[in-house]
Amino acid sequence: MVEVLKAGFYDSIQDLGRLGYQQYGVPTSGVMDMFSALKANNLLGNDSKVAVMEMTMTGPILKFHCNTAICITGADLSPSLNGNPVKINAVQKVDKGDTLSFGKLNHGFRSYLSVLGGFNAESVLQSKSMYQGITKQFKIDKNDVLDIVSDSSPGFIKKHASIKWDDTFFKTKMINVYKGPEFDHLSKIQLEQLFSSDFTISKNNNRMAYQLEEKFENKLEPILTSLVIPGTVQLTPAGNLIVLMRDCQTTGGYPRIFQLEEKAMDILAQKYIGQKIKFQLIT
Amino acid sequence: MAFNLHYKRFGERSILIEWPAMIDENILRDIIRFKDQIFKNNIKEIVELKSAYNSLLIIYDSICRNFEKDAELLKKLYESADLQHDIVSKLWKIPVCYDPIFGIDLQAISKEKGISINEIINRHSQAIYTVYFIGFLPGFLYLGGLNKSLFVPRKATPRLKVERGSVAIGENQTGIYPKESPGGWNIIGNSPISFFDVTKEIPCFSQPGDQIVFYPISLREYENIKTLVDEGVYQMESEVLDG
Repeated sequence: MVEVLKAGFYDSIQDLGRLGYQQYGVPTSGVMDMFSALKANNLLGNDSKVAVMEMTMTGPILKFHCNTAICITGADLSPSLNGNPVKINAVQKVDKGDTLSFGKLNHGFRSYLSVLGGFNAESVLQSKSMYQGITKQFKIDKNDVLDIVSDSSPGFIKKHASIKWDDTFFKTKMINVYKGPEFDHLSKIQLEQLFSSDFTISKNNNRMAYQLEEKFENKLEPILTSLVIPGTVQLTPAGNLIVLMRDCQTTGGYPRIFQLEEKAMDILAQKYIGQKIKFQLIT
Repeated sequence: MAFNLHYKRFGERSILIEWPAMIDENILRDIIRFKDQIFKNNIKEIVELKSAYNSLLIIYDSICRNFEKDAELLKKLYESADLQHDIVSKLWKIPVCYDPIFGIDLQAISKEKGISINEIINRHSQAIYTVYFIGFLPGFLYLGGLNKSLFVPRKATPRLKVERGSVAIGENQTGIYPKESPGGWNIIGNSPISFFDVTKEIPCFSQPGDQIVFYPISLREYENIKTLVDEGVYQMESEVLDG
């Protein structure tokens, strides 16, 4: 059992998402940075499908009411256990009564906390990923008590499992994209602008979408409402680019000019307001 | 089959198949037949299959797929689909209360169109609508078949809060908000029934190809049905349609 003494800016329980329900209009959800979340489970020896905690920008203060082991990956939010720094990307033993807290954001935007066995939250439509209107709770609040799947003392944990964190993953501004369904509608001038300019993450960035700051002339017609998925880049009539993220709607009517490479979605999920990205076409 | 389809790679593990860009029942039936054919072949790697007016998206579970090979297999399935294959669909009868308490934009539409409120209700509840797909919100049905005289542009400024169950008109479409949400459509009534239930294995009672009719109910009937819905004992009226 883990008690939430203080909530962070936006913490939620996520797994690999709700598969098979997009046909009913249900977003996929799931961890924003899949690479980091998988790493947290892998290092602990968990099944990759178990639920982790996703923390955004600032972390919570958590009190453990059991002996377990944890692993923190993704953004570095200066985690500490009872006041002592905890290594990122490493397995950490936790004793009953320990308090995990977070501090300064050093790099990245989203951090992942896995516990031995995984978090045992409400499962709706075959997933524990929190989403407003689907699960009763859409984020973690103060005083919540989170259940752990196997609330028991760790037996054989990989005590020394740790890996170096991949610096380039957080530093790169390159976002690899495939052609989207309406890519061929773009003019030569638009294409040149799209691949030569830097784009800035706007304040409108969340689990649903990242809107980019720069505007440019756009005469593309809206399309007959069609299908979108996480990673789809839409061009609005106002000339803005919107990158859809894991909690996005299942359909949309704006031209879909790019589709992000899966790894690029993880990279983007670690970016925040004011940071720059640049698109790079891959085939 | 009759349509010339476009197969497009959509990211690392999806294929988008496109029909001509129009809202057309023949296209809808063709998409459903193709979808049924894919289902029947039980391709294990497919994790999502969703459709819209003129498109079908197939999402596979593993990345680095061979697009050419996957597309070729799908093309073969399309060609082998049975044109005579019956599509199982249903006609759902949806109660709607058009009382001004709910139909907060009826007055404005009546003024703009020069049609009495009663006539708007008649025209809205006499049509038979076709479910094209579900999108926008969990359980939101995209319906075709709105009477042309009821086409009303979306509101210039969307409302921050549209009540759950609101029946609304936006351009050439009508629909029901399955949950409270921001929205820019014109609200003409409210339905007490539940359009999305996460506790059910299939959370949405309706599917693409189904038909919908709305029938007017009084405020009192609304309250009665709502009570039954909240108790989980309300039985929706429906008929099975011949393919």
